[in-house]
Amino acid sequence: MKGSNKLEELVILSGKGGTGKTTLTSAFAALSDSLVLADCDVDAADLHLILNPTIVKREPFVEGNEAIVDPKLCTGCGYSANFCRFDAFRKEDDGTYSIDTIRCEGCGVCVRLCPASAIKFEERHCGHWMVSKTRFGTLVHAHLQAAGENSGKLVTLVRKEARKIALEEGKKLLLVDGPPGIGCPVISSVTGADKVVLVTEPSLSGLHDLERVSRLAANFEIPVYVCVNKADIAPKLTKEIEKSVKESDNKFVGTIPYDEALVQAQIKGLSPMEYLSAAGRNHIEKLWENIWETN
Amino acid sequence: MKIAIASGKGGTGKTFFSVNLAHSLDRELLLLDCDVEEPNVNLFLKGELVEQRDSTLLVPQVDLDLCDGCRVCADFCQFNAIAVIRGVPLIFEDLCHGCGGCTLFCPQKAMDDTPHKIGVISHYHKGKISLIEGRLDVGKALAVPVIRDVKGDKEVAKHPLVILDAPPGTSCPVVWSLSGCDLAILVTEGTPFGLHDLKLAVETVREVGIPFGVVVNRDGLGDERVVTYCQEENIPVVGKIPNDREIATLYAQGKIVVDELPHYRALFTQIWENIASLAKGGRYERVQ
Amino acid sequence: MRVAFTAGGESLDSPFDNRFGRAEKFIIYDTESDTFEVLDNTQNLQAVQGAGVQSAQHIIDSKVDELVTGNLGPKAAKIIFAAGILVYQAKAETVSEALAMYKSKAIKPLKEPTVEEHWV
Repeated sequence: MKGSNKLEELVILSGKGGTGKTTLTSAFAALSDSLVLADCDVDAADLHLILNPTIVKREPFVEGNEAIVDPKLCTGCGYSANFCRFDAFRKEDDGTYSIDTIRCEGCGVCVRLCPASAIKFEERHCGHWMVSKTRFGTLVHAHLQAAGENSGKLVTLVRKEARKIALEEGKKLLLVDGPPGIGCPVISSVTGADKVVLVTEPSLSGLHDLERVSRLAANFEIPVYVCVNKADIAPKLTKEIEKSVKESDNKFVGTIPYDEALVQAQIKGLSPMEYLSAAGRNHIEKLWENIWETN
Repeated sequence: MKIAIASGKGGTGKTFFSVNLAHSLDRELLLLDCDVEEPNVNLFLKGELVEQRDSTLLVPQVDLDLCDGCRVCADFCQFNAIAVIRGVPLIFEDLCHGCGGCTLFCPQKAMDDTPHKIGVISHYHKGKISLIEGRLDVGKALAVPVIRDVKGDKEVAKHPLVILDAPPGTSCPVVWSLSGCDLAILVTEGTPFGLHDLKLAVETVREVGIPFGVVVNRDGLGDERVVTYCQEENIPVVGKIPNDREIATLYAQGKIVVDELPHYRALFTQIWENIASLAKGGRYERVQ
Repeated sequence: MRVAFTAGGESLDSPFDNRFGRAEKFIIYDTESDTFEVLDNTQNLQAVQGAGVQSAQHIIDSKVDELVTGNLGPKAAKIIFAAGILVYQAKAETVSEALAMYKSKAIKPLKEPTVEEHWV
């Protein structure tokens, strides 16, 4: 970030959940003096628990359609129900049918088949997205309803809004808390970003995730900066991860030891940088410097 | 009895709990790995592969001799899986959800449903534990049909005890995994993030409408907020697993904790008794 | 010759959109009359998936001969190539900039998609 005035977008990923991705995002947020934040972990958005946001804007998120039976028109013939491949129809006590919105895939087959035209095809309300003010900067975040499908579109929307705000506010950094996994939402969170930071753990699944995320980022020609959290839990595996990163095109930026103070910070609703001792903060500051030093 | 192990997000110890629970019970049982995007159970079980088959989705195929390029199929498809170029339909299997609409509505009856591979169903075996694992092929988007294949396997009905490792989160695949189970156990930890994710999981299980209990993993890390919430919401806490670095170290190496540390076998046996009595709708001793 | 440009607005000064599937508009330029029309591409704004497929179908149906865009995914590419439409890849800020590159033959037609799946 040094020098340049261009907006840099940094996405934090983890592969599997629970490795400390959100904690590290909140630490980095405290280390930057010119940023906008985007919480793209829309399935289980936790960043707001640390950032204590004040919501200034809230918009619905609509994606796809769902079939809804009008009980007044339904004759209970069951014709459409026979063709539903998703087992979404339920017979009610009064003989009419209803459609389980959780199971409905929104294909529209029943809507077209119903002899009584009793099935409506309506926009599916999947959740909402918000713009908030926090002590570190503006935050764009979202909430997906239970059984809502995260196809990546909401992630794209959150990033796009955050980028717009960052440019308007003239900020230097767009910091993105990415989704877990390596599926569609992750792909949506890294396309066009400048840097990916991968937070992993020294475990078999950590190693496995590292490979998969690296392959993904390589496809997009985005540099990956790897750090190992809870590194001293399995020092041998940490070394192994460090070695494999150094042999690749990616950069190893450091480790964070297992530290229960990180959880204490979370309980107090604080960023690690607002809570840890100087020694604890030092590990994270070093990571942060290593990420930018290569610029 | 079918018991699902779930969590609001990944990394809370869901697979750790499923695998160790299975090992602590000295009886025949079937594990189902429904976390098809990241099936990790056999990384720990290390069972022997006994059978493997494809998981498929019915997607359309066009008979070009019958097709007149009318475009009814492409116009109907909600998933943009069909385009028509110069009167010829082009089908993108990766986008198809297998609803059957195009085949059904084709005026020329030029389309036919054919199986398209989207994943692999594997059967593993080790001692008294059997495992059916669903694995979604890389780049495929639809987890639900693979989960359906795992849960619909003919082996499932033969086992009196089934433990199902659900995918993390609150999306459709979770709902499909949970529905039809007798009980769900939500694994969480006593931190603000843990509580927030637990609430999302609770919302989802309530939507599915099955009874459920909570296991607090890494107990001692964090505070009492999860237990307090459970008391307020009248949710039974069926067990607490202490925050122990030894567990983390063994687990990181892919080892089964209840086999390495006998006192944890006793703990898991106790948790199992709580789960079993909860499943029967009975009372159980509250965990201190 | 009708040439489509992916655009973020309705004039030649509007931003040139790097994306194909999720581009808001297509500006269709007629090289014979030096005029253009605007084709709306927001029909797939709500689409869960397959925006590239739908956009490709959309420009084929609009009788476009050539396409200038920033990136093209494999599915859209399959359709566009099958329809015999020539695709040019350009890096430009505005549509008129991309048009100038096209006119001066500074850009070459693509033979394969430029990006992997899900480039949104």
